[in-house]
Amino acid sequence: MRKRQLDFNFILGIVLISFVLLLVLVGLFYTPYDPNAMDITSKNLPPSLNHLFGTDYMGRDILSRVMEGAKTTFFIGIATVAIGAVVGTLVGAVTGYYGGILDEVLMRINDGVASFPSILLALVMVSILGTGKYNIILALGIIFIPSFARVVRSEFIAQKQLDYVRNAKLMGAGDLRIMFVHILPNTKSIILSAVTVGFNNAVLAEAGMSYLSLGVQPPDASLGRMLSEAQTYLFNAPWFALAPGFIIVITVLGFSLINERGIKNGK
Amino acid sequence: MRFYVKKIITLVLTLLLVSLLTFVAFQVIPGDGALSKLGMDATEEQVEALRESLGLNDSMVVRFTRFLGGAVKGDFGNSSQYSVSVTSLVKERLPVTIWLAGLSIVIIIVVSIPLGILCSRKQNGMVDRLITLLTQTCMAVPSFFLGILITLVFGVMLKWFIPGKYVGPSQDFGQFIHYIIFPAVAVSVPKIAMMVKFLRNSVIRELQLDYVRTAKSKGNKERRILYKHVLKNALMPVITFMGMVIADVLAGSIVIEQVFNLPGMGRLLVVAISNRDFNVVQAVVLYIAAVVIIINFIVDLLYQKVDPRVKIS
Amino acid sequence: MKKRIGILLLLSMFALTALYGCSGGNKEDGGSTNSANENNLSEDQNGESSSDMTADADEPVYGGSVIVGITQDLDSLDPHKAVAAGTNEVLYNIFEGLVKPDKDGNLVPAVASDYSISEDGMTYTFTLRDGVQFHNGNLVTADDVIYSIKRSAGMLETSDPEVKVESALSVIADITSMVTEEGKTQIQILLSEPNTELIGYLTTPIIPKDYDGQAETPVGTGPFKFVSYTPLQSIVMEKNEDYYVEGVPYLDQVTFKISANTDSAFMELMAGAIDIFPYLTEEQANQLSSTYDIEVGNMNLVQGLFLNNQAAPFDNMLVRQALCYAIDRQGILDMVAGGKGQIIGSNMFHGFSIYYNDTLEDVYAYNPEKAKELLAEAGYADGFSFTIKVPSNYQFHVDTAQVIVEQLKAVGIDAKIQLIEWASWLSDVYKARDYEATIVGLDAKLAPSDVLKRYRSTASNNFLNYENAEFDTIFAEAIGTIDQDIKIQKYKELQEILTNDAASVYIQDPALLVAVNKKLTGYTFYPVYVQDMSVVAYTGTPENHQ
Repeated sequence: MRKRQLDFNFILGIVLISFVLLLVLVGLFYTPYDPNAMDITSKNLPPSLNHLFGTDYMGRDILSRVMEGAKTTFFIGIATVAIGAVVGTLVGAVTGYYGGILDEVLMRINDGVASFPSILLALVMVSILGTGKYNIILALGIIFIPSFARVVRSEFIAQKQLDYVRNAKLMGAGDLRIMFVHILPNTKSIILSAVTVGFNNAVLAEAGMSYLSLGVQPPDASLGRMLSEAQTYLFNAPWFALAPGFIIVITVLGFSLINERGIKNGK
Repeated sequence: MRFYVKKIITLVLTLLLVSLLTFVAFQVIPGDGALSKLGMDATEEQVEALRESLGLNDSMVVRFTRFLGGAVKGDFGNSSQYSVSVTSLVKERLPVTIWLAGLSIVIIIVVSIPLGILCSRKQNGMVDRLITLLTQTCMAVPSFFLGILITLVFGVMLKWFIPGKYVGPSQDFGQFIHYIIFPAVAVSVPKIAMMVKFLRNSVIRELQLDYVRTAKSKGNKERRILYKHVLKNALMPVITFMGMVIADVLAGSIVIEQVFNLPGMGRLLVVAISNRDFNVVQAVVLYIAAVVIIINFIVDLLYQKVDPRVKIS
Repeated sequence: MKKRIGILLLLSMFALTALYGCSGGNKEDGGSTNSANENNLSEDQNGESSSDMTADADEPVYGGSVIVGITQDLDSLDPHKAVAAGTNEVLYNIFEGLVKPDKDGNLVPAVASDYSISEDGMTYTFTLRDGVQFHNGNLVTADDVIYSIKRSAGMLETSDPEVKVESALSVIADITSMVTEEGKTQIQILLSEPNTELIGYLTTPIIPKDYDGQAETPVGTGPFKFVSYTPLQSIVMEKNEDYYVEGVPYLDQVTFKISANTDSAFMELMAGAIDIFPYLTEEQANQLSSTYDIEVGNMNLVQGLFLNNQAAPFDNMLVRQALCYAIDRQGILDMVAGGKGQIIGSNMFHGFSIYYNDTLEDVYAYNPEKAKELLAEAGYADGFSFTIKVPSNYQFHVDTAQVIVEQLKAVGIDAKIQLIEWASWLSDVYKARDYEATIVGLDAKLAPSDVLKRYRSTASNNFLNYENAEFDTIFAEAIGTIDQDIKIQKYKELQEILTNDAASVYIQDPALLVAVNKKLTGYTFYPVYVQDMSVVAYTGTPENHQ
């Protein structure tokens, strides 16, 4: 009984994510219209057979833009988490495993970055590197490092006292080998969970940055940017907000639901 | 005692690091306070003169030491944009953000603890699933958009509050709370979901432990066990979690203050960055960082108080 | 001998039509005109289109208070330190100069009651108006006037680095005062070289001499008195009961409320929490049209795709011309502003009616084929790519950029948009000139030279790196000449040179859409960017909004 119900949320999550993934994958090869093509004669059209999700204030097809935007948003999410996870895991592993002065120093830097308002960091990165997709990724990636580092560190501290690590040491395994061959696989579930949460946070952070116009450069679409552009039209053209908003919600919800089960199985 | 000394030293070190980061950041980004203040039509000589009077022409080391010297005394100098002392600017705005964050946290606690317990008691039942789905959906809405929706529904359609209006706490406290409660809801809703989930799992984990079984076998009522023993233990990890949430709430209020037009630290920061008003940015960043660090410190202490097993080292 | 110049002559000098009163209407009527009759006509049209109430109900009453929404915080309360257009539009209600612009673009006497310019263009004489009081109750004296102008011109012995020196005033050699036989005080401004356009800069606010509280509690002579200011929140002002103009202001109190951005201000408008808001987008205006009167005016800006004339490939005139042909300006207007706004052909806007060269609008009529030919001729048959740096805080420019990117695809040019913060724009684009192309709107003081002076080869604000010796020569002639006809001729020539060189792609003078509470009347557009609250009044029962 209990097993089946757990699966319900999990399956719902899988269904939601599959839907978004499908949208993204199809969008790689085909969109109904050019996502940036403007058409003065079809401004602000409500959903119809020609434009399934309607058109925006420049006569662009919202479905095509959502497909394009979901692609961008996914890319940002994945790349951001990749940076955060790889660097964060390295930092967390080293500090957790060795401890001592190095731990103290890296963790202070970690705390420093974590207590730094993320918007300022994002703004600085964007000002230095210029705006654009890749710079957002870098900025968000750096912002995400501390949370990964903290999670991995505490896991490493716990694991390194366990017998299997001591045994490996006695067998003469090197530190690097112990860290990445022995301990790391055991932290898999924790890291995976952090990755899904991180991905969701990246999607939401991208939206927030778009609101402060630090996001993707126009005319490129991202879900956050579309949602932010849509706010003026909530009354007379609510479909602007509906499509990107819907995709953001089901993406984040989907990953949360999948993660739910990950946590339960991991623990 | 040694513990406190150590904590305070790390606090100071972290703050030092944060201000160094801000300082370096301001060296790298284009534009400066003088140029932003004087605008398009200023001649090179005018900009140069103002740079000189703002001390922007001094070497990096001189400027950073000057800043540190002031900051130690709590003096952050004057705002290049507003020509008033940074302290007075911050003093007016700090309460807004503190109240916003405080109120949000109260809402989070008041809503999520009962919901979390409810979920854990009806574990995997209809209610649990419904609440989980609902809170998770709320969490999936970007916060700025949630703010806009709240404004739209409660401000524009239901007219429960006037969008964009703000009443200072000293003018009329009731009104102040009235206008700050809606942004507080916008800040807290996404965190409620996290909190409910966390509390629920924490209670469930606790309920599976041996002492609960023992208590049950001794004939204690489940309700009693839950409220007397389990909850106290289950709340412990929640306290740590709360520390993270507070930092999140502070960061989240930056965006929400924009949406609701609240004159808090977040808006001050955004405006100061766009004006390249270094002194203000430095002060706001330090305040926020200090609050985050101090809260984490308090969380550590609380944790220790509640659970004597935790040794502070 | 001095030539007395009355208001009529001024009219001919600075007559700007009332186009800004109803650009939409005029555009449909077939363009600009500068006859005085047309002025009245357009006023009428404006009245009709903006309000469906009967004439009787429009009768203004005294009292009440309003909230005006603005989106930029004030950069200073000291009018000589304020540089942002968004600040000056607010402070206009508190401060006045010797002269001030009226709605038709004439400079009418304010703190002065009368003035004249000598025939050689070397001496300006002002007669001080009797009984003008500062808000602190003191009478305005010649000393105050001399102090104010000197401060603004950077001529005081101890200069405050924050005071924004108006470089055009640097031609002032000396200022003196005297008392006439009738007991009137006169101020004489002597120039070091002939300049007949200086009057446009003597709108500089008159402030009390040696009063150092200006940045905290500003004191001026305008229709409203300062009450309070809270950064990031609001500035409040109240009626100046002693204002020397009979009958104004109508309102008892005005609050300028600072919103975080136009979007949050829009929400406040939807809820009816703001009475007047001047920066609507076309779409926002459409949505508010049932609850507010939407007044349509002009921003009095030159909006253009400005090109760095020294950055390849824009150092090639053929490429710049190709760009001009490849951009469909009407298409931009239709897409981003519902067709509102006025197309321009050079670096001048319609507001400067007699100086405006209207023959240039069609020089580069949309013609992508021609653009391709020119590109091929220039050696870019396969197109090229470049980046447009756009200030991120102006959605209107960002939208324009998006349309341009689409239009340029048709001729094989790959343009990219890079949003940058305003502060970065100032330092990178404007000062360091490190850019290929940018989209902004350039505004100007009430002097035609102010619009064009940045194109001089040596101008410090020549961020386009434009260089043309002929332009420099004619510009010097235009500014010095006293003959009005020659002046007009010269300025038109200057515009033509810019167009022929395709110095940049000149797009439009954007429409200014203002939402006004339906219970209010009298909102007036000016040829400069100001919100004049002294003429705004409630009709029917006044209300109190704070």
